[in-house]
This record gives sequence, C-alpha cells and structure tokens, in this order.
Amino acid sequence: MKKTMSKTTKSNFITYGMVLAVYLIVQVMIMTGNLSSLLQGLLVPLCIYVILAVSLNLTVGILGELSLGHAGFMCVGAFSGAFFSKCTNGVLPDGLRFLLALLIGALVAAVFGILIGIPVLRLYGDYLAIVTLAFGEIIKNVINVLFVGRDSNGFHFSTKDTMSLNLAEGGEAIVKGPQGISGTPKDATFTIGVILILLTLVIVLNMINSRTGRAIMAIRDNRIAAESVGIDITKYKLLAFSVSAALAGMAGVLYAHNLSTLTALPKNFGYNMSITILVFVVLGGIGSIRGSIIAAVILTLLPELLRGLNDYRMLIYAIVLIVMMILNWNPKAKAILIKYSPKALFGKKNAAKEDK
Amino acid sequence: MSFISYLINGLSLGSVYAIIALGYTMVYGIAKMLNFAHGDIIMIGGYVVFFSASSAGMPPLLAVLLSVIVCTVLGVTIERIAYKPLREAPSLAVLITAIGVSYLLQNVALLLFGANPKSFTSVVPFSGLSLAGGKLNISGEAIVTILSGIVIMVGLSVFIKRTKAGQAMLAVSEDKGAAQLMGINVNGTIGLTFAIGSALAAVAGALLCSAYPTLNPYTGSMPGIKAFVAAVFGGIGSIPGAMIGGILLGVIEILSKAYISSQLSDAIVFSVLIIVLLVKPTGIMGKKINEKV
Repeated sequence: MKKTMSKTTKSNFITYGMVLAVYLIVQVMIMTGNLSSLLQGLLVPLCIYVILAVSLNLTVGILGELSLGHAGFMCVGAFSGAFFSKCTNGVLPDGLRFLLALLIGALVAAVFGILIGIPVLRLYGDYLAIVTLAFGEIIKNVINVLFVGRDSNGFHFSTKDTMSLNLAEGGEAIVKGPQGISGTPKDATFTIGVILILLTLVIVLNMINSRTGRAIMAIRDNRIAAESVGIDITKYKLLAFSVSAALAGMAGVLYAHNLSTLTALPKNFGYNMSITILVFVVLGGIGSIRGSIIAAVILTLLPELLRGLNDYRMLIYAIVLIVMMILNWNPKAKAILIKYSPKALFGKKNAAKEDK
Repeated sequence: MSFISYLINGLSLGSVYAIIALGYTMVYGIAKMLNFAHGDIIMIGGYVVFFSASSAGMPPLLAVLLSVIVCTVLGVTIERIAYKPLREAPSLAVLITAIGVSYLLQNVALLLFGANPKSFTSVVPFSGLSLAGGKLNISGEAIVTILSGIVIMVGLSVFIKRTKAGQAMLAVSEDKGAAQLMGINVNGTIGLTFAIGSALAAVAGALLCSAYPTLNPYTGSMPGIKAFVAAVFGGIGSIPGAMIGGILLGVIEILSKAYISSQLSDAIVFSVLIIVLLVKPTGIMGKKINEKV
C-alpha cells in the first residue's frame, strides 16, 4: 500500500513538474523572442482549456458521469467574475480585485453546480448528459436577454433592452444582453494562468488521492456496492460535480479577463465548447489528469499549427479525432498499435481498460 | 385565430423534430449510441435537394428521392467506417467518434458548398389553405410536414410490428447477444437502422429547409440537438415517444416564441425538458428498467 501511495505522489510531481517545465521553456522563448505573437496570444486560452479539461475530467473520469454542460459553468463564472470586476474597477486595488473576481466566479459556478446537481444527479448516463447540455444552453440564452445597470439607486435589471433599465443620471449599463459585458480590465496573463493550472491540479489530484476521491471512484465503479458499504452517494456526487463546476467557473473568470468584450455566443459558451472540452478529456484518456493536460495543449495548438492548410485544418482535426478513437478502441487496430509501439501514448488508459 | 395558426406552425415544426427524433431514437435503441452526426445528415440532405431542384431543375419530388438515396448511402457508409469498428468500445468513445463525424460532415460541406447561406426554394408545390375568410392561413409546407410526420410514424410502427426486419430490430435493441444466437444478422440490422434513420433525416432536411429557407453547413446542428432533446423527452428508444416528444417540443417552442419571448424560447424548451425528466426520469414514454444487484 505504501509503495502505491508513493507511486501516485511521484506521478503527481511529474505532472506538476511538466507544467512548470513548459512554463519555463515558454518564458525563455518569449525572452529570446522565439515565440510568434500568434502563439503568444494563445498562451492564456491554452491555460483556460487545460483548467477546463482537468476539471471536466473530475466529472467524467473520476465521477464517471457524462457532462455536456461544462461551458455553461464556465459562462456563469465568466459573467459573474466580469460583473464583479466592472463594479469594483478602480475601487479595489487591481490584484485584490482580480483575486476576488476569481473567487466569486468559482463560487457562483459552484452554487450553480449544486443547484443543477441536486436534481440532475438522480438521472443516469445519457439522460444526465442531455440535461447538462440543456443547462448550458439555458444559461447562454438567459444571459443574452439579461440587462443589468447600476446608478446611484443601486442595481437595475431588465430582460428587454438598456432603455428599460430606467437608469438615473450618471448610471451605467454593465451587462448589455447580446452585447455582453465590455471593458473588463485585461488582467489575465500567462503566469496567472499557470498558477491557476497548478492550483487546479493541487485541488483535483489531492481530491483523487483522498478518502473523498476513493469514495467518488467507488461510486463510479459500482454505485450499488458503494451505497451498501455506507457511502453517501448524493453527497459525494454533488461534491465532485460542484468542485468541477467551480474550477470551470474559475477558468471562465480567466477567460473574461482576457477579452475586452465578453459575450455569450454559441461559439464560446455553446454546447460545441462543452464538446471540445470533452474531446480533450476523452483523447487524453478518461481519468488521466496528465493526459487531459497534454490533449488540451495538443488539440488547441493543432488547428493553429495547421493554419497553413487554411480551410482544411478543421477537416484534418475531425479526421484525427475519428482515427484516434478507432485506433484506441478497435481491438484489431489496437493490437497492431501495441505490436508496433510497446508503450501506449498515455499509460493510464490501458490500465483503466484492463480493470473493466 | 392567431392561436390556432401558431398551434399549426408548432405542429409543423414539431413534425420535423419528430421525424429527426425518430432517426435518433431508433439508432439509440439499437446501437446504444448518441449519433451526433444525425443533424449534419439533415444538412447534407438539404444541400442535395437544393442542388438537384434549384440548380439542376429536377422536379421537387424526384429531388427529395435523390436526397433520400444519397443520405441513406452516406448513413450506412458512416456506420461501416466509423461506428462499426467501435461496437465493443465504451459509449464515450463512440460519442466522440460521432462528434468527429459531425465536424467532418460540416467541414466537407463548408469546403464544397461554401459558408454563404443558400436560399432554398420550397419543395412543396402548392401555396396552402386560407380558412375563415383569410383569417387563418395554413402554409402548404405545414400541411405536407404534418402529413408526412403522421405517415412516417404509422409506416415505421407497422414496419417494426409486422415485418421480419422490424422484429429483428426490436430483438437486437433488447439483447444483442441473444438476438445473434437466434440467427439474426446483428450487423445487418444495425446497418438497416442507420439506413432508415438517415433516409428520415433526408426527408426532414427537405421539409425543414422548405419551412425555414436558409441553408448553410451548420443548418442541421441546432435542429439535431433539439430533436435529440425531443427523443429524450419522449423516452429515448421509444418510437411513439419520439413522435410525441418532437411535436410537444415544436409546439412549446412556437408558442413561447409567440407569447413569452422569442429570445428565451430555447431556454423555455430546455427548462421544460429538465422538469419532465425530474418528474419522469426516463421520459414520457420511457420504460422503467429495474436495476439488478
């Protein structure tokens, strides 16, 4: 037992080390001027995707429930964080304001996670997937009709337009429906992104290796058996679900503070985004945190690296996706793969498959 | 009067959702997979009709028939190449493959047909009815859509109840292993299900684009998702359930667009879904499966 523990600790430190090493390499590349401005612009989104992938892996890999609404939690976090930043910009010192915005984004997303989780976690499998998908679409829809303004009398809400907010003289509309929130301070940097990745990793990895994590994995592997040994199913499911939501919310805040205008479009918060994150998790190996990070980085960079191929890049992305899945899961293709490369790409996936 | 015309519009949109949902539900029932690419087959069907009817000047009915054939072949090919190798894989892997296929179809369409929306000419040759002294107008598209919804639903039910292939489908959806032992060609049956589902998608594509005449490579994705919701709503795997779910969804969508808010209609549709699933976790017509310990 002791030996396996030290093994997981070692594996965790490799993960942390990997992130730090990449961070240092990138910093050196920036300083020596070897990184194109295009790639520099990708650094913060890369951090956001990594956090999202790792947090979704907590739901999909560790809890074993398929969620298609991760972008919804990100959206909630992004808007609440940006809203807070807009309200307190200039009032609080910048560092403190951003820290509080991150906390608020995570907290609001966690509250939504619990609100959605209580009813939803009664459902299983594909039903859970469709409800989380529906939740993400509802959030996006509601934010697109939400108008919030502030004047000397306090906050005003409306679902029609900025005029019907009835703002007094000197009032300001903060959330402007389809126009979203504009003028959010641009606080997100690559360093903050990497710190948040490390924070996410500490939370998720420690959670997995704790009593809580083992309880959650027991529920994943056999719900009835877990229940019969006295594990409180609802509590642990909700815990994993809301931690995952909170981390997604945090990524959302980072996202909001990387853009000058935040809008809830199908492109950034729709189900397509949720699916993109799910693809990272599945291709990285379900349940493998390190795999999620690697997959998120590679798959975010892939379309950019293929930019030279222009129109064909998304086509190639799609084909890569299908071919990867078939190579990984088709017994015949897999046999060939194992024969020619003794060590599979991400070790854990094979181990997970052998367990089943 | 306006309520009745909204209701008819809702029934018409609902019938389109129902036809798509039938394809979803059949594939889910038999292959236990969420075929995310189903919506994009609708889009391909729409393009085939567009090019053969509007550009090549084929009669509309022939164009729809051609589109049905193309989509059927496409659906079966996709199943053979992408899904069949993953028969034993976990459902998540199949789901990701389906998403890959969906991206593939969208991007192929983008390359072949361009991103500019095409304006679609309706495949319905007559203009519709005007009742109650012109107060109540029913478009030809609405009539044809509702009628084809009913015909397809009845036809499919008869096919499944009365024919050998239909019974084989039921058997495979119940228990693949046992069906194989009874001498049913499981792979063939799954292929047939994909063929029927894709053919229905082609019909739905023609009807959808006739009622909402813009066509671009992403046309199919939102109706696809809505139809998926409809299938879950009615109880996924159940044919009458898909029909009821689709029609309810269409009616709710149009009525909430008309009376509550046009921007919030999607949110309302999805909220109703969540509420229904909370009361009946397996959907309206879904079967309750008892868990074995």
